[in-house]
Amino acid sequence: MTLYRPDSLDSALSLLGKGGMTVLAGGTDVYPGLRDGAPPAHLLDISGIAGLRGIARAGGQWRIGAATTWTDVIRADLPPLFDGLKLAAREVGSVQIQNSGTVAGNLCNASPAADGVPVLMALDALVEVQGPGGSRQVPLTDFIAGPRAVALDPGELVTAVLIPDGPGQGAFLKLGARRYLVISIAMVGAVIATRSGRIDRARVAVGSCGPVARRLTGVETALTGAAPGDVARLVAAADLPELAPIDDVRATATYRNDAARTLIARAILMAMEAPHVA
Amino acid sequence: MSLDAPEGHIDLTLNGDRITVPAAATDRLSDVLRDGAGALDVKVGCNAGDCGACTVLLDGAPVCACVTAAGQAQGRHVETQAGLVAHSDTAQRLAKAFQRHQAAQCGICTPGMMVSAVALLRSGATPTEAQVADMLGGVLCRCTGYRKIIAAVLDAASDDDPLAEGGIGQPVARLDGWPKVAGTERFGDDVAPPEALVLRVIRSPFHRATFRFGDLDGFRDRTGLDLILTAADIPGENRFGVIPGFEDQPVFAEHEARFKGEAVAAVIGRKEVIAALPDFPVTWQERRANLTPAGAAKAAMLHPDRADNVMCRGYVARGNAEAALAQAAHVVSGDFSTGFIEHGYIEPEAASARRVGDRIEVHCCTQAPYMNRDELAGILGLAPEAVRILPTAVGGGFGSKLDLTAQPFVALAAWILGQPVRLAYSRSESIATSTKRHPSEIHMEIGADATGRIVAARFEGTFNTGAYASWGPTVANRVPIHASGPYLTPNYQARSTGVHTNTAPAGAFRGFGVPQSAVAQEQLYDLLAARLGMDRLEFRRRNCLRNGDPTVTGQVFDTGMGIDACFDVLKPHWDRALADAATANARGTHLRRGVAVAGGWYGCGNTSMSNPSTIRAGVTSAGEMMLHQGAVDIGQGSNTVITQIFAQALGVPVSQVTLIGPDTDQTPDAGKTSASRQTFITGNAARLAGAALRAQILRLGNVGAEATIAFRDGAVELSEDGVTRRIDLPARDGYALEVVESYDPPTLPLDENGQGAPYAVFGTAAQMVELEVDTELGTVRLLKVTAAHDVGKAINPLLVEGQIEGGIAQGIGLALMEEFLPGRTENLHDYLIPTMGDVPDIRSIIVESGDAHGPYGAKGLGEHCLIPTAPAVLNAIADATGARIHHLPATPDRVRAAILARRDAADRATE
Ligand SMILES: Cc1cc2nc3c(=O)[nH]c(=O)nc-3n(C[C@H](O)[C@H](O)[C@H](O)COP(=O)(O)OP(=O)(O)OC[C@H]3O[C@@H](n4cnc5c(N)ncnc54)[C@H](O)[C@@H]3O)c2cc1C
Ligand code: FES
Ligand code: FES
Repeated sequence: MTLYRPDSLDSALSLLGKGGMTVLAGGTDVYPGLRDGAPPAHLLDISGIAGLRGIARAGGQWRIGAATTWTDVIRADLPPLFDGLKLAAREVGSVQIQNSGTVAGNLCNASPAADGVPVLMALDALVEVQGPGGSRQVPLTDFIAGPRAVALDPGELVTAVLIPDGPGQGAFLKLGARRYLVISIAMVGAVIATRSGRIDRARVAVGSCGPVARRLTGVETALTGAAPGDVARLVAAADLPELAPIDDVRATATYRNDAARTLIARAILMAMEAPHVA
Repeated sequence: MSLDAPEGHIDLTLNGDRITVPAAATDRLSDVLRDGAGALDVKVGCNAGDCGACTVLLDGAPVCACVTAAGQAQGRHVETQAGLVAHSDTAQRLAKAFQRHQAAQCGICTPGMMVSAVALLRSGATPTEAQVADMLGGVLCRCTGYRKIIAAVLDAASDDDPLAEGGIGQPVARLDGWPKVAGTERFGDDVAPPEALVLRVIRSPFHRATFRFGDLDGFRDRTGLDLILTAADIPGENRFGVIPGFEDQPVFAEHEARFKGEAVAAVIGRKEVIAALPDFPVTWQERRANLTPAGAAKAAMLHPDRADNVMCRGYVARGNAEAALAQAAHVVSGDFSTGFIEHGYIEPEAASARRVGDRIEVHCCTQAPYMNRDELAGILGLAPEAVRILPTAVGGGFGSKLDLTAQPFVALAAWILGQPVRLAYSRSESIATSTKRHPSEIHMEIGADATGRIVAARFEGTFNTGAYASWGPTVANRVPIHASGPYLTPNYQARSTGVHTNTAPAGAFRGFGVPQSAVAQEQLYDLLAARLGMDRLEFRRRNCLRNGDPTVTGQVFDTGMGIDACFDVLKPHWDRALADAATANARGTHLRRGVAVAGGWYGCGNTSMSNPSTIRAGVTSAGEMMLHQGAVDIGQGSNTVITQIFAQALGVPVSQVTLIGPDTDQTPDAGKTSASRQTFITGNAARLAGAALRAQILRLGNVGAEATIAFRDGAVELSEDGVTRRIDLPARDGYALEVVESYDPPTLPLDENGQGAPYAVFGTAAQMVELEVDTELGTVRLLKVTAAHDVGKAINPLLVEGQIEGGIAQGIGLALMEEFLPGRTENLHDYLIPTMGDVPDIRSIIVESGDAHGPYGAKGLGEHCLIPTAPAVLNAIADATGARIHHLPATPDRVRAAILARRDAADRATE
């Protein structure tokens, strides 16, 4: 029943190296996951580590520290590229959850319904990992290895989420059966860069429609050069082999396939509109 | 370096005080604040971040204490509701605003709501409604429908005092409200003594299973438990139930568990022992289970005396429905179904017990203290007087806290051990095992003549009553009486069947089956109106019951049938809403507006059964006016309403009355808080008691009927014609003056065709819903609900509005999102109830048609509010899209599927 609260990354890594530790950030996945059981014997709290919290830009890259909360994202001064991430942040659970829960925790928990995953996939996010073998960067699409599975080796810690800077505007749409505190039936993150009103580059990812969130590369290619008026038709005609939803208590698979398509088209159009996030 | 706390202790600043609490740093902060620091205003509703009841400010930011490690609060500032209200002007003003607006009903969500709101208000800006909803959206409330909470937060700048005085018709602030808004209220899990042992129930992991225990004594000794209980330990009868003749539920299953979550044993020990307990020695043999009525006749019998697993049936017939339907100009019919609905109160069941000599005292959150007392006496093999029930504040009930849950376990353990024992259900335990609203499968046909008059209705309803009867017989009886709705239906036949399955027992939930039958009846009336080419409101106005009309049981009300007035007051709103929708729909986008109306009615009190209430009142020799009020206030406001009625009848201000109770040693039986009976029945007892005491006092002073009474400085003051006299009260043991009065509503039994006078009073309601459907996604956004309710006379109009708004929120949940799937939705993120963002603006219109029996003409109200909501929502979805939802809830996937199916059918028709 020990909670370790290191204040430096080095001591965190050395504690982690001893094994038997569960990493704790905001705790909004760790504690509910216990159901009503006892907490793990050894918890390593990373929320107090100096330098792990906050968002900064350096060398053409944005860095979201592993202890950065969703509220930090909402309050950060970020370019339109991050509009989708900000919208997603506001849709995570409730203010209480946003105040504690971290972006990195959302990725590490790797729920198929994690709202942060599609939106960060659309941003081509990389996950920065540190461990006994030093530091490495893993594309988010590789980091999420399956439902509730991530590419982390023993002794490794996620230290940041890295996002390449670039042109484009983000959008995010979440579909749920009520307004707040709702697990997504489906959600879409999109980042669209335009040139003269037409799509220069589209990046789109969908979550809750399969074991892991997926980038939609086929649609992305098909959309290159499209004007807003073409989007609905192109999305309607697309194959979308990436979607592999199931029936669950929230919705049927048939519905998810159908609704995801609507959300994709809307998210793309939203990312082409004038900036909408304050 | 490390930020670690010294092992085993947490230092933090709680509400301004630096404290050190013994705790493991990995414990949930909520547990440490409650158990270690005594901050009982931190509520635990789910332990999973889902309900927000445990919200505290951590360095000023609202977080859920239940998902925060205690060690993460080391060295930081924690603020809770009680501390905020005690120390901060902002929170003080907010508390007053909550009282002014009656934003706290049961009060269990109030700490989370107020703490979140303080975080918003501290910024100093005047918030908008949207900001309030965003900030408070993470706190669930099952009572209020959120509207009064929003209003209170928006009005928190004002420092006005709540209305403390007022007779009948005045919106007096809740008399028991201040503890709820100040963080000092004590609920089921807040009153156990610190030395109480902890009890945990061992439950079946299968829907149906036989089981065998291992070496229980060995397990107890090895693990350091104080006691293990099984069926073998029950001194009285291992059987309880709420309806005479249907007591069929064991405290502990014997040999076979009949539903997932059924108790088979209990372990009792110190908290640490329970927390570290290894697997309990029991082996299970899963058996084939049946979860739906469809398979019930072929399934194994749950109870040996109930063939085909039929628990009971209900029947009402009048005229000749079959012949009238055959001749009707227009007939519509349909099949409708609803699922299990969970009560979803934010306070899980909790109880503690201690043995006092040869008596047992049980503190618990209950709606029915005397019923609990008598049932416990049977289980413990004691006389009823040997059991004392001390109800705590109840954090929501809605019907489910009528039945025994935690009480028998703690009572039995405390009885045997002679030590106090406590138990609080976990959220999943609560959802899995407490009673539910009955799932329904309904077939109904309704016919009208060419002029649009209803000529006949036929109704067939099957209700899944789960493994045990609970209130199933009540549902089976009530539904056929109500399934016509409040409409004149000369030819009628309604049958209902309650069927046992291997699921949690279905019991009482606001409306006892009537909300389910209304889903069928009100949707069919819309279809019928369409067939007739009639306006839907006009169709209802034309057909609704009026004074002098017989109901389907042949009962005639000469006064007080106010449904026509409810429809009439909606008319201008209806015209406005239809025009608004037409304008919006002319834009031709994927967003379609819909408008619809539904009616409902509900008989107050038990069906054709004596159900008296008794009120006792006394004046002490010191001149204090004590009201022994045993009608449990579960948030609906009986403490306030009953006192207002009593004070009015006695002729004194409410502030002169001190409330005592509820407590089975001190308050006489006021019956159960259910069936919308407390205002009507206990209210009448209070009126009689007030009048009797008034007569006694006036006689004492030999003054006339118009004299005024006041209690002042240890005496009664009587004033008449400008002359005031003091009457000293005789010094004696007990009360100087005392009255006990009872009221039992006049009802008549039903004959074999269900004809008779089942209720002395019916309340009626009509609600209009405006909404918008995203036809591409199937999502529904509610825009406004306009609700007209005939309450006879509103004793306290603000409480009436609170009931209406709360009922509507539950109706919205029933319509759009709620369904308990046994074994699958046993938490508050898979079982969804409406949040603050899901309940639209509600306009309540109170209709006061009076009543021949009710106190000052008041009728009951609790259940009525919910009945028209779901069908009105479904009718509005159909109005918007043409798609009709037959199987609830109308989740986005179902709405979208219905829209697509309708389009396909239209395409085929044009091919
Ligand atoms: C009521 C409620 C509502 C929610 N609503 C949503 C929602 O709408 N959308 C959504 O996506 N999620 C939701 N969540 C889930 C959760 O809040 C988010 O996933 C959140 O971002 C998790 O972050 P955390 O810091 O709390 O993670 P934690 O619970 O602290 O950790 C989560 C997991 O990640 C691991 N971990 C954390 N940080 C690291 C690290 N740096 N390196 C390695 N491993 C790490 C932990 O060991 C654990 O396995 C909700 C949760 C609750 C309780
Ligand atoms: S108890 Fe913490 S959110 Fe429900
Ligand atoms: S008042 Fe909100 S849950 Fe009862």
